[in-house]
Amino acid sequence: MANKISDETIEYVGILAKLELSGEERESAKADMEKMLDYIDTLNELDTTGIEPMSHVFPVSNVFREDVVTNGDGKAETLANAPLRKEDSFVVPKTIG
Amino acid sequence: MDILSLTATELGKKIKAKEITATEAAKAALEQAKRMEPEINSYVTIDEEGALRQAEEVQKKIDAGELTGPLAGVPAAVKDNMCIEGQLTTCSSKILSGFKPTFSSEAVLNLKKAGAVIIGKTNMDEFAMGSTTETSWYGPTKNPHNLAHVPGGSSGGSCAAVAAQECYYALGSDTGGSIRQPSSFCGVVGMKPTYGTVSRYGLIAYGSSLDQIGPVAKDVTDCAAILEAIASHDVKDSTSILRNDYDFTSALTRDVKGLRIGIPKDYFGEGLDGEVREAILQAAKVLEKKGAVLEEFDLSLVRYAIPAYYVIASAEASSNLERFDGVKYGYRTAEYEGLHNMYKKTRSEGFGAEVKRRIMLGSFVLSSGYYDAYYLKALRTKALIKQAFDKAFEKYDIILAPAAPTTAPELGKSLSDPIKMYLGDIYTISVNLAGLPGMTVPVGKDKNGLPIGMQLIGNSFREKTLIRAAYTYECETEKQYEAPAAMACRTAGSGAAGTGKEA
Amino acid sequence: MAKQYETVIGLEVHVELATKTKIFCGCSTAFGGAPNTHTCPVCTGMPGSLPVLNKQVVEYAMAIGLATNCKITQVCKFDRKNYFYPDNPQNYQISQLYLPIARDGYVEIEVGDTKKKVRIHEMHMEEDAGKLVHDEWDDTSLVDYNRSGVPLVEIVSEPDMRSADEVIAYLEKLRLIIQYLGASDCKLQEGSMRADVNLSVREAGTEKFGTRTEMKNLNSFKAIAHAIEGERARQIELLEAGKPVVQETRRWDDNKESSHAMRSKEDAQDYRYFPEPDLVPIVISDEWIAAVKSRQPELRTEKLERYKKEFDIPQYDAEIITASKRMADIFEATTAICQKPKKVSNWLMVETMRLMKEHDMEPDDIRFSPENLAKLINLADVGTINSSVAKEVFEKIFTKDIDPEAYVEEHGLKTVNDEGALKETVEKVIAANPQAVADYKGGKEKALGALVGQTMKAMKGKANPGMVNQMLRDMLK
Repeated sequence: MANKISDETIEYVGILAKLELSGEERESAKADMEKMLDYIDTLNELDTTGIEPMSHVFPVSNVFREDVVTNGDGKAETLANAPLRKEDSFVVPKTIG
Repeated sequence: MDILSLTATELGKKIKAKEITATEAAKAALEQAKRMEPEINSYVTIDEEGALRQAEEVQKKIDAGELTGPLAGVPAAVKDNMCIEGQLTTCSSKILSGFKPTFSSEAVLNLKKAGAVIIGKTNMDEFAMGSTTETSWYGPTKNPHNLAHVPGGSSGGSCAAVAAQECYYALGSDTGGSIRQPSSFCGVVGMKPTYGTVSRYGLIAYGSSLDQIGPVAKDVTDCAAILEAIASHDVKDSTSILRNDYDFTSALTRDVKGLRIGIPKDYFGEGLDGEVREAILQAAKVLEKKGAVLEEFDLSLVRYAIPAYYVIASAEASSNLERFDGVKYGYRTAEYEGLHNMYKKTRSEGFGAEVKRRIMLGSFVLSSGYYDAYYLKALRTKALIKQAFDKAFEKYDIILAPAAPTTAPELGKSLSDPIKMYLGDIYTISVNLAGLPGMTVPVGKDKNGLPIGMQLIGNSFREKTLIRAAYTYECETEKQYEAPAAMACRTAGSGAAGTGKEA
Repeated sequence: MAKQYETVIGLEVHVELATKTKIFCGCSTAFGGAPNTHTCPVCTGMPGSLPVLNKQVVEYAMAIGLATNCKITQVCKFDRKNYFYPDNPQNYQISQLYLPIARDGYVEIEVGDTKKKVRIHEMHMEEDAGKLVHDEWDDTSLVDYNRSGVPLVEIVSEPDMRSADEVIAYLEKLRLIIQYLGASDCKLQEGSMRADVNLSVREAGTEKFGTRTEMKNLNSFKAIAHAIEGERARQIELLEAGKPVVQETRRWDDNKESSHAMRSKEDAQDYRYFPEPDLVPIVISDEWIAAVKSRQPELRTEKLERYKKEFDIPQYDAEIITASKRMADIFEATTAICQKPKKVSNWLMVETMRLMKEHDMEPDDIRFSPENLAKLINLADVGTINSSVAKEVFEKIFTKDIDPEAYVEEHGLKTVNDEGALKETVEKVIAANPQAVADYKGGKEKALGALVGQTMKAMKGKANPGMVNQMLRDMLK
């Protein structure tokens, strides 16, 4: 069962991932994704009925911090690498109000 | 005396004994880096000035008796996905151009506490996505044993730097084999500790549930000492685990009597290079001779590890890499119209092909309608793989396997077929999915002089067992760190350029 | 005959929790501050940073869940919600989808004489986003991450409300509960409580829900009421014209009193939720739930009963005072100082309410201190000032929180208790008003009041009216 990735799907995933692929990149992305998904589909050979999805390998739980202020003025560090800033803020193209 | 050929702990002893100063050691490493870099390209950044300053400070502390550890004053290198305050940190990606973090990763802070002199940041596959270090925006790293071959990846820079004696040890990170596979290709010792042993704070994430920082070293003794220095419980990393056995060097004992070693049949079948198989089985015999008990067993389930890994790692990566958007740091495209165009152009120009490929895949498998079929299926597979390992470790103390199906491939031969490249990670990936510790030890070379590594896999939190077995093997074979033959032709002064490309 | 339509409304209410620090880092949640001052690598999404959960967030969320009759999810987890927007530094928000902290609750509301339950579908914890300020001249927006990472709970109701009145009653109920818990100050204007309205209409009597829209940017009860009316009308108009209602998110514009669709090709609204790998599960034991329950402060009903019993406050007054946590707090603090609960209640019920109405204020806007009200009550009680002066002084307390003792002293407002001076004035008033004197002596009790008034006027209000009254009676015997 070969996967088929349409132009629309690539376009849609591009919107989600904020990636714009050129014509050539788009074709190879389609081919790559089809191949990868075919490969990933081999997982279907495996019976996983009744198996809990495992996101953490170890049963660690309840890792907390206390509600105590530990950070001071972080402005200088926060803005240190800004590609574009105005006074104390980052600048981005206008977002719709 | 040839300073460069010393191991890290040997050098540390000499510094402690005041036979060598930290500054002399740093200078020697820097000189070597200058010599080797035009060919090898292990580093993204060499911080000569900073290294000499650190060396001086460390030496003062050694003299004052404040630093007494085995690594005090020893020059080290750090993979370029670990933040160091004020120092360029790129993940070998264009998108992090000019990025200088305002804090250091916990592993680096721990190294500094141990008296490390960090001389630079090593090259890697972009965002650790790759097995060859060819996807770096800063150009590929070459294998010091044969410059026509890759060093492996993604910690190829760290492993090549150690192999080429451009530093005495290095930190790498391992998400699917990224320490163990290049260590095997470069003939060095590398370890991925149990998930949660080394803090991930300050490690720029690829696959958060799989990433783990670990040592790249010249021998097992160094590896244990480095692990002892960097392992810690860090309250800044919620997945960091408090352990009660940080004294890893105490496991440097020559004793494998009664050690039960499982050899997964499936790992030695089709797809494994004959020379590699031979070398590893030979190494297993060495351990057997010392009293270890070898037994073959079935671990066929592990072939599902690769597809499960690519779903999980790509999904996490697609999310982890969303923050690179041209707003807060790094690269922003020069011209754009509006917000979303800025995002798209920045990211499309800033990321390389392999990274984009995985982001696209990861975004797709998480998208509406596919989550259950792909992501949850992969997490269920992961649970089964963990169960299979749990079962194996009821019977065995260690699993012995290859680190990679072949020795290092030639440059430029891997990237065209991603699936084939991904298959190269077959022996390492399942270890990350199960959160286990794994270690690579050099066991020989193929007919072309390329190193072969043996992988030892332990149960969770059993690094010491791995260290003990690896150390025993090393002692039995009287294996000493061997500089690559290819380096013999490098002469001093063959080129001082190429250092600190972005420094 | 025209069709009858029923409005079906569900609410998503965001409440900013009253923690000192953000949800995943040790940055302050204090309001104000220059842009990006309350920030660190974690809440600005710096590469390599990792979140660590603030325990107080979990406890507040549990408390709210318990107080709204929810079941606490004893193994709960965080998930990532992925979407690109500059106020969201990681371009994913750490939230909860699959295992939210609380589920299946309800609150009871009252509209007119009708009581009803509004069911709560689920409640989850998440981080707030930063702030965008739009530069009109420059075609750019400025990003400030001070609010990024401030803890929120989002309370998602079932579509159980049928009118704006019910929505407001629900919000007021939630606000009251949460304020009493001390889990948030719930100020709509300042954004510490925000409501998104999911609304659909259907023909009266039908079972099936219509297509709903989601309305955002509602920051007052008035805006919510107007938005509900507007959206109901818009949807009915579409249906009457045979056009479909499109499922979409709409943004309310308070100035224009209308909404517009927030549609964009770039907003796919496919959030690709998956479990947050950087955070571990939260396991909530029965003991922990019991501990949070035991620490739960006195809620409204308990307070109301206590006021009646302990202070002998009438039901109606107790209801009014406990209708706002702020009012109840002032009542208790003032009573603690002056020990005169009935007088305190009076000042709150009459003068405070009057002035609030006059200034169009909510109880939360009250700024005067219990100390000053207590002082005023004592001044009036011992007769240092009379009641009309007291009212005048209270206005100053209400608006400027002045110290009444100093103020009375400074403005010479003390009641004259000097009998000699008073007697002189009373004699003059008697002499000047023979008709009133005759009327009083002839049995018209009312005439005395006029004489008291004249005396008070002559004393510029500073006499003790009781004393004046008594003296007049004595002298006209």
